Order: sequence, then structure tokens, then C-alpha cells
Amino acid sequence: MEELVAVGVTEAVQAAVLIQVNLNIVWTLIAAFLVFFMQAGFAMVEAGFISAKSAGNVLMKNILDFSMGALAFWAVGYGIMFGAGNFMGASHFFVSPLVENAEWVFTFFVFQLVFAATAATIVSGAMAGRTKFVSYLIYSFVVTLIIYPVSGHWAWGDLLLDTNTPWLVELGYIDFAGSSVVHMVGGVLGLIGAIFLGPRLGKYRKDGTSQPIPGHNLPLAALGVFILWFGWYGFNSGSTTAGVPEIGYIALTTTLGAAAGTIGALITSWVTLKVPDIGMTLNGALAGLVAITAGCANIDPWAAVVIGAVGGVIVVLSVLFVDRVLKIDDPVGAFSVHGVCGIWGTLAAGIFANDLADGVTRLGQVGVQAIGILAILAWVVVTGVILFGLIKVTVGLRISKKEEILGIDIAEHEADCYPDFRKDFTKI
Amino acid sequence: MKRIETVIRPSKLHDLKTALSGLGIHGLTVFEAGGFGRQRGHKEMFRGNEYDVDLIPKLVVVLVTQDELVDKIIDKIISVCYTGEVGDGKIFVSTIDETVRIRTGERGEGAM
Repeated sequence: MEELVAVGVTEAVQAAVLIQVNLNIVWTLIAAFLVFFMQAGFAMVEAGFISAKSAGNVLMKNILDFSMGALAFWAVGYGIMFGAGNFMGASHFFVSPLVENAEWVFTFFVFQLVFAATAATIVSGAMAGRTKFVSYLIYSFVVTLIIYPVSGHWAWGDLLLDTNTPWLVELGYIDFAGSSVVHMVGGVLGLIGAIFLGPRLGKYRKDGTSQPIPGHNLPLAALGVFILWFGWYGFNSGSTTAGVPEIGYIALTTTLGAAAGTIGALITSWVTLKVPDIGMTLNGALAGLVAITAGCANIDPWAAVVIGAVGGVIVVLSVLFVDRVLKIDDPVGAFSVHGVCGIWGTLAAGIFANDLADGVTRLGQVGVQAIGILAILAWVVVTGVILFGLIKVTVGLRISKKEEILGIDIAEHEADCYPDFRKDFTKI
Repeated sequence: MKRIETVIRPSKLHDLKTALSGLGIHGLTVFEAGGFGRQRGHKEMFRGNEYDVDLIPKLVVVLVTQDELVDKIIDKIISVCYTGEVGDGKIFVSTIDETVRIRTGERGEGAM
């Protein structure tokens, strides 16, 4: 009789374990599909914030950087980021069905691919309106092939194979869902691309002051921001990669961060620009989301509000600084939203963390965060400069002046997004 | 009184406005237009099929001024709008019989 009970208990435990395994796969894939939808968000934000004559090109960049990235990440990127190895991985190339624990490897691949593609697609906004299409394709392939996976391995390289001991993980670096691994990488690459390109024609007047080139469709931009916010629940809550109770808590901190970021940007624009600016407020929601991403699983709700609000404040100041002082033309504010707020969010994850790494003091944790940020920055800046530099001297990075005046949609794709509104005489 | 009507490339409007204010011209009217002369349009494609877009976006800038300013204004427009390539545009000058400011009822040069 006792034996029978014991057998029954074992079976029940096995069944429970199996249910949990399946639940983890289901939740991780639902989250991955949400994050995939963020591609639509980026496409709408970027199309809305750019001139009508460049909108089609931005849409092409968005669908192509995902598609180029999917092949590159499948072939090589995933193996570098999550394969066996400490400085960088070197297994699981071309993700084969023969590997151990294959169902999970596939699930985890899809989940990580949509993150890699998020980093890649951030760049298209910063380089909108003037980048040669073929050059952008090369960029998006290389970034997902090697640039993103190497620094990603340092912070997340033990997530698939727990025998890996990447150096940032060993230090106790906190970046739960990718403020630095994903967003800072994309934002900084965007800035480098924008510097190599130079500003759009007419962006700066002869005396050097900034000439606004207004986005052609704020409703599209707003739709994009809502889609991104929606997808971000998959980005952050999904980063548990397990159906566990924490996903509800992470959804809470994510919401608070985004809301506080929106309000922070609203107030900052209202005070500094004397206007509750629509574009800045939309950027503020994204800034709050980027900032909360690193620490979302490991902070108090009040800290989520602080982190998001500070993100909302600095995104406005950063957009103005990049535009007016640095005079770098970033049409959608990609560097300010993803780069600057990514750095802030990663530092904040150390400042406000509830659980510190073993044997690390609060100050030590912030130091570890700073080391991680600087290391990833160094890697991305060096490889980004080499990549964009090589593209510039070989195939060329920028379309001709004539093509730019005509519009990149017509010049590169022989297309017009609004052919029924032919009187689309953009300023430049 | 003369009416100066200039067809320009849309990208030149900002510089032209700045240059004309330098001459003391503080009012002008701009029409969005599409047209072609020697400069022809471009081809576009929709899902594999090409079509011609003949009308090129242009702006028509209209201003009315005293007779003695006409040559100065024309020189200024040419210096701003010249690129040397086909499509720089044209300037048409015509005589105006009367100008009336609606708000005050003033007529003639005082209404300009």
C-alpha cells in the first residue's frame, strides 16, 4: 500500500515538472511573439517621425533588418551569444535539431532572436532618410552576426548553458532584460551611424542652428509607441523565460517605469520648451521602458517610478543636446531613448537593486554596472566604427544629394508612400 | 507696381525667403505646384509595374513690389536659385493695375 502511494507521488511530481516545462515554453514563446510585434512599433514610430518622402525606406529597413538578422543569428549569432565558451560562445551554430534539450533550444532561439533584432532595428531610425539601402542591409547582417552576440555573451552567456561563466556574469552584473545588452547597443550604433552619415540636407542652417524637419505623421508615431509599450510586456516579463509568479511583478514595474517616463518627459518638455510636446512625450514613454528594463525584476515599485521618471527627464534633455549642441541628426531620437536611457537604466539597476550579487556592496554593485556599461560601450564603439567605416569606403554609406532631394523612397525604391496625395512637396 | 512670379525648386524656399527679407520684402505668397519644362519627372514602381510621374514638385513664389525694386529682386532670386542644372525655374514679371488692402481700404503702393 505504501509502495503504491509512493509510485503515485512520483508520477504526480513528474507530471507537475512536465507541465512546468511546457508552461515555460508557452510563456517564453508568447513573450517572443509580443517582442516580435515591437518591430511593427519601431516601423510606425520611425515612419511617423520621418518625412513622407522617406517613410517607405524606413519600412523596408525594418522588415529587412529582422529578416537579415534572423538568418545571421541562426547561422552564427546565437552560437556566439549562447554557445559554449566564456569570452564568446562557439557551439549551437545553425541551431540543429540534434542538440541536447532541442525543444528548449529552439524556443530560446526565437526568444533571443527577437531581442537581437530589436537592437538592430533601433539603428534604422537614427540613420533614416539618407542611408544607402544596400549599406543598411550589410550593417544589419553584421550587427546580428557578431557585434550584438559578443557583448551579449558577456552579460547573458550562461542563460542557455549554465556551465558557461562569462566574465560580467561572474562579476554579478545586473541587466535583466537588456537596457544595455539590447538598447544601449542599438542606440550607440545608431549614433555612430548618424555621425558617419552626417545630417540630412537642410537639417542645419548656414549659421549652424537646427532646422526642424517635422515628422510626417504623429498618429503613426503614437501608434508605434503604444505597440512598443504593449510588446515590452513580453520583453521584460518574458525575460524570466519561465512561467513563474515573478512575471506579474515585472509587468507592474514595467508599467510604472513607462508611465513615469511619459510624465517625466511631459513635464520636462513643458518646463524647458513651454509646450507639452507630443513627440517628446511619446519618446518619454519609450525612455521609461528602456530605463526600467535592466532592473525590472529586482527593484521596489517606488524605485520603478524613480527610474522611469528620470529616464523621461534625461531623454528630453539628451534629444535637445544631441540636436543643438552636438549637431548630430538623429531623426527619431534613437540614441537618446535607447543609448542614454539604456545607460541610465543599467546604472539604476545597481543603485536600486533589492538583491545584490553575493559579497558585493551597494557601491560595488554600481561599480560592476559601470564596468559592464563601459566594456559593452568599448566593444560596440570599436566594432561600430570599423563596420560603418568599412561600408563608407567600400560601397558607400550615403545616397547622393540629388537622390536625397528627390527623396530616398523614389531614389532607392521607385516608390511613393502617398501617391494619391501627389502634392507632397516636402521642405527638403 | 509689378508682380514677380517665380517658379523654384521646393528646397530653395527657405534661402529665398531669407534673401528677400534682406531686401526689405516682408510679404509673399507661395503656391505648391507640379509642372514640367525641360526637366522631366521620374519613374515609380508599384509591385513590379512602372509608371511615369511627370509632374515635378515646384513652388510658385508670388510677390508685388515697386517698379524700381524689380531688377534687384530678380538678381537676388537668380543668385539664390541657380544651380546650373535643368529645373532651376523661371521668373515672370508683369504689371499690376491696382492693389487694395482689405482691412483698411488703402489703394496703390501704400497697400503693398
